[in-house]
Amino acid sequence: MTSTPSTAGHSDERPVRLDVSGLKKTYTTKKGDVPVIDDLTFDLRQGEIACIVGPSGTGKTTLLKCLAGLQPITSGQATIDGHVIDGPPEELALVFQEYTRSLMPWLSVERNVELPLRHLSLSAEERRQRAASSLEAVGMAEAASKYPWQLSGGMQQRVAIARAVAYRPGVLIMDEPFASVDAQTRFELEDLCLRIREQFDMTILVVTHDIDESVYLSNRVIVLGQRPAKVTDVIPIDFDGPRDQLTTRALPRFAQLRSEIFELIRKAG
Amino acid sequence: MTTIQKPLRSRTRQARRQRAARSPRWLLIGAEVGLPVILIAAWWFASAGSTNIFFPPLQTILARLWQLTQTSEFLIDIGSSLGNLVASFVIACLLGVLLGLALGTSRFLSWLLEPVIHFFRAIPPVALVPIFVSLLGFENETRILSITVAALFPVLISTIDGVRANDETLDMVSRVYRLTWSERLFEVVLPAAAPRILSGMQVGLIAAFVVMIASEMLGSSTGLGAKTLLAQQTFTIADMWAGILLLGIFGYLATFLFELFRRRVLRWYIAAQQQERQL
Repeated sequence: MTSTPSTAGHSDERPVRLDVSGLKKTYTTKKGDVPVIDDLTFDLRQGEIACIVGPSGTGKTTLLKCLAGLQPITSGQATIDGHVIDGPPEELALVFQEYTRSLMPWLSVERNVELPLRHLSLSAEERRQRAASSLEAVGMAEAASKYPWQLSGGMQQRVAIARAVAYRPGVLIMDEPFASVDAQTRFELEDLCLRIREQFDMTILVVTHDIDESVYLSNRVIVLGQRPAKVTDVIPIDFDGPRDQLTTRALPRFAQLRSEIFELIRKAG
Repeated sequence: MTTIQKPLRSRTRQARRQRAARSPRWLLIGAEVGLPVILIAAWWFASAGSTNIFFPPLQTILARLWQLTQTSEFLIDIGSSLGNLVASFVIACLLGVLLGLALGTSRFLSWLLEPVIHFFRAIPPVALVPIFVSLLGFENETRILSITVAALFPVLISTIDGVRANDETLDMVSRVYRLTWSERLFEVVLPAAAPRILSGMQVGLIAAFVVMIASEMLGSSTGLGAKTLLAQQTFTIADMWAGILLLGIFGYLATFLFELFRRRVLRWYIAAQQQERQL
């Protein structure tokens, strides 16, 4: 995507972390090939949050699985920091929608966060440090010795985010991360997401079906069209200053962007 | 933060209310201890003046049991029985989990071996004892083999099930975070399958106990099973009852000890389930 907005500040000069170009994904079935993603191209720069929105069934989850190296890409390619993705990339972490199933119930919160760090070449002390600081960052430091099932849904998702952050990924991908928590928790987690981006200069790609969420969170909203998915449009989000659940959402510009995206999705569907 | 904590607090309040509604702990423990005591007392008084040669007074049986435990020969029998049971059960558990992991993860292996496994599983393990006796003779190895085979299948089948039932999301988590082979095995696959594996072991333990006795009754001269059968055949009825009583006690203790082990290993699982019930 060359139409990166200049309004997003300095992000134009920052290095590209995730680069997707001409990505195609086709499922082979008995009845023939079913294209799910068709010629998808976009990129993500350092410190940027982008949201992918689109009608349900457009293959958003398939796209994430391709980017996470969990499913092979049919043609085209995706790179993270220049490395072609052909298996789960080292530089990538994923936060799943089903928080109840993505944490290990037999491990304490702390050990859940530490598990992916074990095979990195870190000393035990560094590993503990990293786990502790990311739990701190998501506001779960006191729950370190608890078990996931002792926590509410929103807290479990915080732990899952802490685990991803502790991994220090080049790109953090989230698959409808706040879809199954209540509205209040959702707002808190969205702000947490923005805070994490600030604190760790994280590059984040969020898949969501919530248009408001996409406008609130991102620097860019990537609108996917109907199956097979292709980029319908990329909408730069240009709010000045830090975002706030109350004031940002009350801006006329917010409503304008929301209806713009809504229109695009409706046309695409 | 406070808004997140609120539902938790009300959850525990609700939990407390539900706990209060259930029977108090002392009543449950009382019932658990009380019923056996009542049964033993009933046996004691019902049999007190018995002249029936096949149904001696409990007092006589207990006196005989006490006498027997003073003889080294009887202690050797007990040692032999329990030794066989423990050794075979441990071998069966290790083998069952190892094989189960292989079959649960490899489609080819399970395709190849599963029909055979289900064929052998369908044969009651006690029925296999005569085959082993005729193949291997009356040595102790025969008993160990019989007990191991009996306990192996429940462990094996529950391990295969447990490994197959692994959650897809956890599998993706393991792959995305590039967990090593051994991390996936010991931190993800085995713990996830542990509840099923331990249920299989529980069934295996009971099967092992049954076959332990049966294997000693078929052409063995040592072990509690052999002694109990011998006593019955020689009309030393008090000895027979003593043997049966002791077998019952050991059976109970074996299950009890295993339950302690299970609770230790599955602490997270039991606590999580309790939590779920209270919500």
